[in-house]
Amino acid sequence: MSKKKTTEKIVLATERDFPIMPMSLGTMHHNRTGAWRNIRPVIDKENCIQCGICWKFCPDVSIYVENEYPVIDYVYCKGCGICAEECPSKCIAMVEEKK
Amino acid sequence: MIEIRFHGRGGQGTVVASKILADAIAKEGNYVQAYPEFGVERRGAPVVAFLRVDDKPIYDKSRIYTPDHIVVVEPTLVEAIDVTDGLKPGGTILVNTDKKPADFPQYKKFRVVTVDATAIAVKNKLGTLAAPIVNTAITGAVVKVFELAKLPSLQDSIREAIGIKTEDNVKAAGEAFELVVLGKAGGK
Amino acid sequence: MKKVMMGNHALSWGAQLGRAQVIAAYPITPQTQVVELLSEMCADKSLDAKFIKVESEHSAMAACIGASLAGARTFTATSAHGLALMHELLHWAAIGRLPVVMGNINRAMAPGWSIWSDQNDSLSQRDTGWMQYYCASNQEVLDTTIQAFKVSEALAVPGMIMLDAFTLSHTYEVVDIPEQDKVDSFLPPFQAKLRLSSDDPRAFGGLTSPEHYFELRYKQQKDMEKAPALVAETGKEYEKLFGRRLELIEAYRNEDAELLFVTSGTTGYTARVAVDALRKEGVKAGNLRIRLFRPFPFAELRKLVGRSGRRVAVVDRNLSFGHHGIFFQEVKSALYGHADGTAVFGYVSGLGGRDISLEHFKEIAADALKRRPPAEEIVWIGVRK
Repeated sequence: MSKKKTTEKIVLATERDFPIMPMSLGTMHHNRTGAWRNIRPVIDKENCIQCGICWKFCPDVSIYVENEYPVIDYVYCKGCGICAEECPSKCIAMVEEKK
Repeated sequence: MIEIRFHGRGGQGTVVASKILADAIAKEGNYVQAYPEFGVERRGAPVVAFLRVDDKPIYDKSRIYTPDHIVVVEPTLVEAIDVTDGLKPGGTILVNTDKKPADFPQYKKFRVVTVDATAIAVKNKLGTLAAPIVNTAITGAVVKVFELAKLPSLQDSIREAIGIKTEDNVKAAGEAFELVVLGKAGGK
Repeated sequence: MKKVMMGNHALSWGAQLGRAQVIAAYPITPQTQVVELLSEMCADKSLDAKFIKVESEHSAMAACIGASLAGARTFTATSAHGLALMHELLHWAAIGRLPVVMGNINRAMAPGWSIWSDQNDSLSQRDTGWMQYYCASNQEVLDTTIQAFKVSEALAVPGMIMLDAFTLSHTYEVVDIPEQDKVDSFLPPFQAKLRLSSDDPRAFGGLTSPEHYFELRYKQQKDMEKAPALVAETGKEYEKLFGRRLELIEAYRNEDAELLFVTSGTTGYTARVAVDALRKEGVKAGNLRIRLFRPFPFAELRKLVGRSGRRVAVVDRNLSFGHHGIFFQEVKSALYGHADGTAVFGYVSGLGGRDISLEHFKEIAADALKRRPPAEEIVWIGVRK
């Protein structure tokens, strides 16, 4: 699975741009939830055993696989820490986000 | 009538600060209207609060579009958003920062005032270094800069509103009152 | 005692000072603070009332109906979908002639899911037989709540008190809290006209054939028609004790106005600021803020609008789909045959909580002064067309 595409801004200039009922016009890709984060997961590739558990457990689909290693998608990662909690080799550290 | 807009982050007590100020203003017999920007909020997200002050009843219940002054409770907001949106020319921006007014050249059109509310909060053991509780210190700076109420009225309002570490909060407000760095117009 | 409080808490204080005895409510944004404070007041005994935690707004009204019929002064609060959920029981409380008093925070109906100010929720219920008050300040909310108990109990008609979501419910203002003993002298304990009683057992609300239903409705309407005069009189009584009077319609600079805004809720306060600004620009503007909407204050409106051929701009933060703004419809029908030469135009603005600003009022004024009567189309203000 590769990195997600960036998204174009949806412009609602006049009533003609609106649907007839409130509904999502984009996908959740528009909602860059990475901005919510206070701590971020950092994967130590050296100790990663490539089990895929972090990728499976991420509730926000914010871990993707690249060259058979997990990569955190910081655009969307909310910093929940579930990947770090579930990692069997404990190679994911939760680090304070520098503001 | 004076209109002030506050910028903070959810969970920092920006709204509580505007309420304490409203209380202090009312104690001195003036009219006040205080309200947060209404929406779904979460801890850490930018929040906005508003204050209208007058010596006669306030009938304007529309949104504040062109505030006279701005208060920035959280220093990172200066980079994150345009806090001066709508601010009247020559208006004052009060920023919680360890920098000085001259360090904000981007606000040349306005008067910048600074107070290191974070340092004051930490010194008085309000919150932690990672999450300091700056709101009461901010109120001390606000009443000084904008002359909204006297310090004793503010401190009484703090006592009524804050049940935990009451006197530490009162002290923080008093220190901020003294330590506000008043800049000149033109950001000097 | 003066205190800075949010509009929601002014409702709570009104219910506390009015000595409500049973409160049954369910939380919903932006009403939650009303019942949170009331539950605290019940817990610390500053209010001697039974607080019933119910599982829905429908049950809240059901509990209020039962309690009221058992002889208790009852109070509840809700908003939008909560009000909609109690709809069938709003009919019951009114036709059942029970003086329940309720705060309703005017919030937009979903979808889209909205927590912001809009009057369709309460106006959708305008046919249920409840009295309706629209407030513009926190002080007015507190004073209206106390007065509402008195009027509702005298007429055996329930009453609802409207606050705009956030612009009133969550806005902090100074409120002068009346003393309890003075409120007690103004508002004596509830004397129920209808009461479940084991000494005099009756069955209430049973099967009523066409033979009898009509007379009951006639009586209900006749009693409701007494409300405008009673609300005005109660307002004068309240003024004697507390120094503040609330009118059926609050008129501002209307006598020599060539353009009259007709507004309600907090919009009716912003309108005053607009009137002053327009006057500075040479426009003789005035404002009529309708405070009592049900029953409709026909005589008062006709008197204030007069016969002088003015232009009337009704501003509705609501819309009856397929027709027009609701205050517009009612104002126009009330003036029919009464205000010769007066042009009445309807403006719809602020739906879903979009701000109604001073600029919008200037736009409305400019339009109303040049629009050719009898223009009947909706004039949309602030929508992106």
